[in-house]
Amino acid sequence: MDLDLLTSFLASAVRVATPLLLAALGETVTERGGVINLGVEGAMLGGALAAALGASGSGLWSGAVAATLAGLVVAAVFAVITVRAGADQIITGTAMTLGVVGLTGTIYRRVYGPEGVGLSLPTFPVQAVPGLSRIPVLGPALFQQSILTYLAYLAVPLVWWLLFRTRWGLQLRAAGESARDSRAAGVNVGRVRTVGVLVGGALAGLAGASLVLAQVGTFAEKMTAGRGFIAIAIVVLGAWNPVRVMGAALFFGAAMALQFLFQSFALGIPYQLFLMLPYLLTLAVLAGAWGRTTAPADLGRSEM
Amino acid sequence: MSRAGIIRLWLPALAVGAGILTLMLGLAAGGYDPLLALAALWRGALGSPDAILSALLPRAIPLIIIGLGIGLAFRAGALNIGAEGQFYAGAIAATWVGVSLSAWPRLVAVPVVLAASLAAGLLWASVPVLLRLRFGVLEVISTLLLNFVAEALVSWMVQGPLQESKHIYPQSDPLPLAARLPQLPGTRLHLGLVVALGLAGLLWVFGTRTLLGFQLRATGANPLAARVMGGVNTRRVFGLALAVSGALAGLAGGCEVSGTSFALFQSLSPGYGFTAIAVALLARLNPLATIGTGLLFAALEAGSSAMQREAQVPAVVVSVVEAVIIIAVLLADSAQRRRLLAEAGT
Repeated sequence: MDLDLLTSFLASAVRVATPLLLAALGETVTERGGVINLGVEGAMLGGALAAALGASGSGLWSGAVAATLAGLVVAAVFAVITVRAGADQIITGTAMTLGVVGLTGTIYRRVYGPEGVGLSLPTFPVQAVPGLSRIPVLGPALFQQSILTYLAYLAVPLVWWLLFRTRWGLQLRAAGESARDSRAAGVNVGRVRTVGVLVGGALAGLAGASLVLAQVGTFAEKMTAGRGFIAIAIVVLGAWNPVRVMGAALFFGAAMALQFLFQSFALGIPYQLFLMLPYLLTLAVLAGAWGRTTAPADLGRSEM
Repeated sequence: MSRAGIIRLWLPALAVGAGILTLMLGLAAGGYDPLLALAALWRGALGSPDAILSALLPRAIPLIIIGLGIGLAFRAGALNIGAEGQFYAGAIAATWVGVSLSAWPRLVAVPVVLAASLAAGLLWASVPVLLRLRFGVLEVISTLLLNFVAEALVSWMVQGPLQESKHIYPQSDPLPLAARLPQLPGTRLHLGLVVALGLAGLLWVFGTRTLLGFQLRATGANPLAARVMGGVNTRRVFGLALAVSGALAGLAGGCEVSGTSFALFQSLSPGYGFTAIAVALLARLNPLATIGTGLLFAALEAGSSAMQREAQVPAVVVSVVEAVIIIAVLLADSAQRRRLLAEAGT
């Protein structure tokens, strides 16, 4: 394979990995607090539509902010139902995603017409980082990206610091290991978990923005196509650690970018097989990760 | 009757009321005419014998069959979110077998088609069973992810091995008459309804009158207690429930192809696999109640199609109603649990 092709493959892998990384970092925070949010798919989809609406109305950054807020709102509803009212997290998350699919589909058709015409949106320009982008092969792949990718890079140490170097992070992780013990130690479990869910929602919303405004340039119904669920798998693969989560997200970005690469080779393999690949790979990796990672002990347990 | 008992009885009605109310408020806020939409919803679902026989009941068949399976799985504590994919696995198998059986007598061909769909759903759900029992992968994640694999598989099938013989449209050849479930003349209602009702009765007997049915509930309620105190092989029960729920979703896909669509194409299911979660939950996982909730959600689905035709309200809005209903049931459940805990505490 020649180097240009490799570089463009890696660059598209990083571009495709960006929304996965953002959503997975957010879900890492949520799950460290003991809450699993399957509504991250819905938060991402809501973010994607908000990004489209915001960007076509008043510019790219409005789109990104609107997306973050949309993710925050979806997560807030989820937090009220699960953390406050103590309802089942898995089913609530599924229902949230279902509801957002209906809501975004309806709003999209309402705003852009009943058939939902092909929408063309402005996208964040590629900005090369001076110096770093000249490193052979890896430079252009990692450092000729949009600003949202750089934001995602920045979020990795930030989330790490938040989780492992702040008092709040300690309380969150304690709540994730044992809600009962943390409460006995004086932690306001409901509050730290709620904030954890909200951080996850905001990042998932931003992930939706990066999908629309830095990758695809349009909105379509159900366009997240399971990326939120893949992000949850990435969290498992990344062992609930932001740095390893980044590695896992890049791995999945590469798996999803493979289809572009193989299409350019015209191998005669049905393209749908490449569509399946990221999901099958997720399953294979999850099966392989068994026994080598430990989830927060109270993960998914609704609290009375 | 106790207060909890009254709430239990009225809960489904309250949940549905909350869903419809949300819909009306949302539509009004979005600039639609909520009363026009509601009238269209009613007409499309229950407004005429034709609406009931050709729109409502045919949609109720897959919802009831899948809902029964999901109820079974949830009872055993297996969170099967992958019925949509299992439905498609069944539909693919039914189409594959069905198109090649034109020379067979109908009495043999139809059961063979349905058996193939059942087996395909079972096989598709066996992957999450294996992944969970052998590799510890949560079935929630694996069943979910396999939905996307199944959708890609259908896309490939209808543009590849199963594409119609002229190779123009992304759909399969129509099933020969021999492979089709009989329909009530002049309507779209097919024999699958009898299958759905029969299965509901069968599963009710299984759940209330057999040892395995009891073990299933014990496993879902408290796996540790079931294993240690009851001597139940909880892994086997869990796997069996998940696999059978996949088989039922597959069968629903087979009934859809053999009784309603007569061909395979990409948007065959309008999200039956997800709607059926609401069907099962609203029925409190009870097989007989699943018939009622299946009919209810079929009415919503049929009505939403009419709403789109007559009031220009996108049909997909019905997912919001379903989400509200699911969440209302969950909230009522957790409120009740808290009250019980509080009473036990005092």
